[in-house]
Amino acid sequence: MLRLSYVSGLLFVCGLSAQPVLAQTPDEVLASFQGDAVESAPNFQGFSAARGEKFFKVKHGNDWSCTSCHTDNPAVTGKHARTDKPIDPLAPSANAERFTNAKKVEKWFKRNCNDVLDRACTPQEKGDVLAFLLTIRK
Amino acid sequence: MLNIHGNSRWSFAVAVLLMSIAVSPAHADDDDDDNRSSKNGRKPLVINARWKDECGSCHMAYPPRFLSAESWRAMMAGLDKHFGSDASVDAATATEIGDFLEKNASAKHRIASSGSEPPLRITETRWFQSEHRKVADRWKDPRVKSPANCAACHTQAESGSFSERDIKVPR
Repeated sequence: MLRLSYVSGLLFVCGLSAQPVLAQTPDEVLASFQGDAVESAPNFQGFSAARGEKFFKVKHGNDWSCTSCHTDNPAVTGKHARTDKPIDPLAPSANAERFTNAKKVEKWFKRNCNDVLDRACTPQEKGDVLAFLLTIRK
Repeated sequence: MLNIHGNSRWSFAVAVLLMSIAVSPAHADDDDDDNRSSKNGRKPLVINARWKDECGSCHMAYPPRFLSAESWRAMMAGLDKHFGSDASVDAATATEIGDFLEKNASAKHRIASSGSEPPLRITETRWFQSEHRKVADRWKDPRVKSPANCAACHTQAESGSFSERDIKVPR
């Protein structure tokens, strides 16, 4: 009897829990950007939240900036510039899932940098942006 | 008595397990003509987790049956320039999603209203335009904004139902 209730309880938990396992922390992702930055630029001087904020908010020659979808305030829900589909907040303080999956982080930087800059972002740029996002409080 | 109780717990456990597996609770019409398809019975929306996740990031994950296999093949071949945005995915993901889309694509040949290439926009198909001929003036309504915004009128679009009874056109 007791065992059966454990089994059904366990199955119940399996059915409900769709939370992804958090493989990384944003700080670990930042450390990985730092490793890439040191490797690609011998004169790397560290990341700057202020530089990241500017990078995030200005246009880079195309119609879109990061804020076109993520808004000026990365702690709030954004909206896709073309489809209007809501985009969950980007700042880790407002959305615990952000920057916890290195593969996902790379996928979106690749796509979005192509859309905003027509090229890949450098490790310096990615680290600056994440440093900025990590300064944002809800 | 005890035995019955035990069995009911097992039934519950099995039911919960089935719930956790069955991710396609919604049903959808699968045809051009609502009346005809409801006579034939309603097919469940087929779901693939990666399709839902990847194709549903920036817009609704449009059901595979809205385009033909050749259209989906062309779509997947050009994801790095997907209607003006980079929507590229890694090779394994592309293979899985591509297979899913083609396997569940429209069996009918969805043709474009102009040109001879396989249509990439669902809204360019003759089928779509014919289905929406009576509401073509509604796209400009700010609550609709675009014919790509299925859920503005098809209230159950996200779960795969485009049935007539779920349509509510903003007027």
